[in-house]
Amino acid sequence: MCGIVGLFLKNKELEPDLGRLTALMLREMRDRGPDSAGFAVYGDEAEGTKITLLSKTNETDWDGLAKGLSKATGEAVDVKTVGNHALFTTPAEGLGARRWIIDNAPDVTVLAAGKSIELYKGIGDPDAVIEDYALAKRTGTHAIGHTRMATESAITTAGSHPFSTGEDTCLVHNGSLSNHNRLRENLRRHGESFQTENDTEVAAGYLSWRVREGDTLNEALERGLEDLDGFYTFAIGVRNGFAVLRDPIACKPAVIAENDDWVAMSSEFRAIAQLPDARNANIWEPEPSTIYAWSHN
Amino acid sequence: MGANTHFDLEEVTVRQANQALQEAEAGSFSIANPKGAHALACGLDAPLEVTIDGHVGYYCAGMNKEADVRVDGNAGTGLAENMMSGRVHVTGNASQSAAATAHGGLLVIDGDASARCGISLKGADIVVKGNVGHMSAFMAQTGTLVVLGNAGDALGDSIYEARLYVRGEVASLGADCIEKDMGPEHHEQLRKLLDAAGCEGVETSEFRRYGSARKLYNFNVDNVDAY
Amino acid sequence: MSNDNWGLRESYTFDRNTIHEIQRAANTGIYRIRGWGAKRPLPTFDDLVFLGASASRYPLEGYRESCNTAVTLGTRYAKKPIELKIPITIAGMSFGSLSANAKEALGRGASEVGTSTTTGDGGMTPEERGHSTQLVYQYLPSRYGMNPDDLRKADAIEVVVGQGAKPGGGGMLLGQKITERVAEMRNLPEGIDQRSACRHPDWTGPDDLEIKIQELREITAWEKPIYVKVGAARPFYDTTLAVKAGADVVVVDGMQGGTAATQDVFIEHVGIPTLAAVREAVRALQELDMHRKVQLVIAGGIRSGADVAKALAMGADAVSIGTAALIAIGDNDPEYEEDYRKIGSAAGYYEDFQAGNDPAGITTQDPELAKRLDPVKGGQRLANYLRVLTLEAQTLARANGKSDVRNLEPEDMAALTVEAAAMAGVPLAGTGWIPGQNG
Repeated sequence: MCGIVGLFLKNKELEPDLGRLTALMLREMRDRGPDSAGFAVYGDEAEGTKITLLSKTNETDWDGLAKGLSKATGEAVDVKTVGNHALFTTPAEGLGARRWIIDNAPDVTVLAAGKSIELYKGIGDPDAVIEDYALAKRTGTHAIGHTRMATESAITTAGSHPFSTGEDTCLVHNGSLSNHNRLRENLRRHGESFQTENDTEVAAGYLSWRVREGDTLNEALERGLEDLDGFYTFAIGVRNGFAVLRDPIACKPAVIAENDDWVAMSSEFRAIAQLPDARNANIWEPEPSTIYAWSHN
Repeated sequence: MGANTHFDLEEVTVRQANQALQEAEAGSFSIANPKGAHALACGLDAPLEVTIDGHVGYYCAGMNKEADVRVDGNAGTGLAENMMSGRVHVTGNASQSAAATAHGGLLVIDGDASARCGISLKGADIVVKGNVGHMSAFMAQTGTLVVLGNAGDALGDSIYEARLYVRGEVASLGADCIEKDMGPEHHEQLRKLLDAAGCEGVETSEFRRYGSARKLYNFNVDNVDAY
Repeated sequence: MSNDNWGLRESYTFDRNTIHEIQRAANTGIYRIRGWGAKRPLPTFDDLVFLGASASRYPLEGYRESCNTAVTLGTRYAKKPIELKIPITIAGMSFGSLSANAKEALGRGASEVGTSTTTGDGGMTPEERGHSTQLVYQYLPSRYGMNPDDLRKADAIEVVVGQGAKPGGGGMLLGQKITERVAEMRNLPEGIDQRSACRHPDWTGPDDLEIKIQELREITAWEKPIYVKVGAARPFYDTTLAVKAGADVVVVDGMQGGTAATQDVFIEHVGIPTLAAVREAVRALQELDMHRKVQLVIAGGIRSGADVAKALAMGADAVSIGTAALIAIGDNDPEYEEDYRKIGSAAGYYEDFQAGNDPAGITTQDPELAKRLDPVKGGQRLANYLRVLTLEAQTLARANGKSDVRNLEPEDMAALTVEAAAMAGVPLAGTGWIPGQNG
């Protein structure tokens, strides 16, 4: 149970303001999700791969880990740390680098990997998470964010949204799935690994499994309508855009607004109201079982 | 409180504005900068005129009695929910469950209404100039829903005695909802509502009427597939 | 009865009840709908005992040294919390499922001893409001009879997410009881089989409930306590989320909680027993540091002062009774034995509240039957019963050295079964062992 925001910029002149605008939106969703918050920002494409990492212990030796990765891949690794997160940038091939970290750094959670995505999350007051990870200063083309009111799974950083679902892809969710436990078991047999008891992580794992099997994101979402039971409004971030999908009953709220400069999505209009000229945007509510997607070509 | 009282929600809280409105016995009021705020102008209980300049959040004009509330913008979930009387008018779109369980009064939506418009309707009249979403008039008990545009899936599912008039396409009818003939009394009722909502140049002959087949009113083993 | 023949052996798997139900289903093609609550054997508060006082603890004198029973509900946000003289309230039961006389009797009885009663899925009647000094107004998915005037007349508002007899199910009232007055109050055609919605029409989930609670507070000037009632499904999570959504009071209704009409399969197979639900709800409040700040009301199968005292000892602030209150005003009274027999039941077994032909005149809309219940006498009987529950709870509290019934603690009890020890988190009698906690 949560608040969702998504912002996709059509006007390049707004790109320096992406983080500031997303932060304004996310702050409005604080009441819907006081337990934790997170966001993914797409921008500043790397030559190789950007990998966002979370320390489980708050004591990870990031430089040591980077050296190990560098040695294993034969490529340089640049390290930036913020709070208990680190961002590794490396020309090395992304999936291999991600795999090496998972296998060699048991005290680290890989939050996201890709050319463009950076992903930060933390427990507690969403305002503090926005401050701690400097959302307002970030630039880029699009972002999604989430505030969480935990329903059944624990309030942990790893259990906060967004969940990565593959290279440059992540998912946020408002609602509650009802068949995720059995689905998680099945996905484990297909090689997906899960770090929490969270229902949304299962949806993320499902999408990443389908994409690995050759589905496009749209095909994976279409299939998800058959296989995921329960209530959901999803926002999905991909390298060049974002998508929105609601379950067939569509009880959990969603509003989309669009003008010449941007497309925004949120659980409630009050988040969108923070954007420039929101008053005059075209505003509507997404239909159930319908995929809405925007992308830069 | 006299005529033309103005509230700017950048200066006063929703509670302060609502309290002033709820205590007023008459007059006209305007509210600026709503910015999606919830429960605005809810629980009004007097013949006030209230204009809200901008988009509102959930439950705007909830449980309204007697007041005339106009929103120049869009409205969030549960607009005019459980309205008893009076009139609520939104110039933009309304989110889901508009006029849910409303007992009386008139709701006019110039744009589209989303899912579940008029759910469990209990006597109010609704005129939507655009389209309505899926499951509109679900379990609608009594009252009237007029749609100038199209209706989404499962219109009037498990409907009781409410009347539905739709000018455009109906994606699908819900369980126990059927098309019915338009008699003179239906043309007359529809005309009055179209006039009340300011729908000029719209003829009642352009509409079809839908209502309950009354086959699910009592448990019957022959209808088990519909349960 | 065929058990005169000692050679006949009844199947444990296919006992006579089971055989009868298969035959009934085969004959009618529709599931069984009935009233009452779960009838199967379940772990209950009977599986706990109080330790009492002896050498290490000192008791209070009965009758002489005072033992407080008053409790205030709604202290978190409400400007006007509810003050009850006894920690036992009357649960929500609708006019429609009950006769007007029965509702009046409940109001009279509760008012006489200084506690509250509750409306139900059908709105507030003037008789009920008039005879209840403290009335809780239920806000249900159907919103039958819902209006802002009654909302403001109420002393508290109870947002119903679910009930113990059917967590996840909506209300039912069959055609026999949808009389002209009931139909008019609910805006329904007379004589239909009413099936209410199971989700609220304009919110789903705690994030939206928070906004709904804001609206209800705005409409009632932030005066009235807002309760959130849940059936005992996942009480730890549900209590946590009710608190996060802004509730002043959480009501948790265990699976023994009653109903006027529900599918038998729902009554017997969904939800967890009250005994198991209390501990989880209290643990949720403790983890949020909200225990006693948000009050907890426990319902579902409360019968005696012992049940009341044990629920309070486990951490509840008050309990709520429904079925027991109906029995107190005259339900299943042997006086009507002959009439029960005529409709295929017997005093002590009657559960067909859905049918509308209640010989005791309580769960009916038939004016002739309804006359059988004198609301004044019924009210007196209920007041008597509530006094007995209170005296019994005080007796147990004093015996454990408490000057306030809410000072009873889980440590004042022992469990008689391993199951109860595990569910209640109380050590098995004669040991320090709580299964699952300390080895």
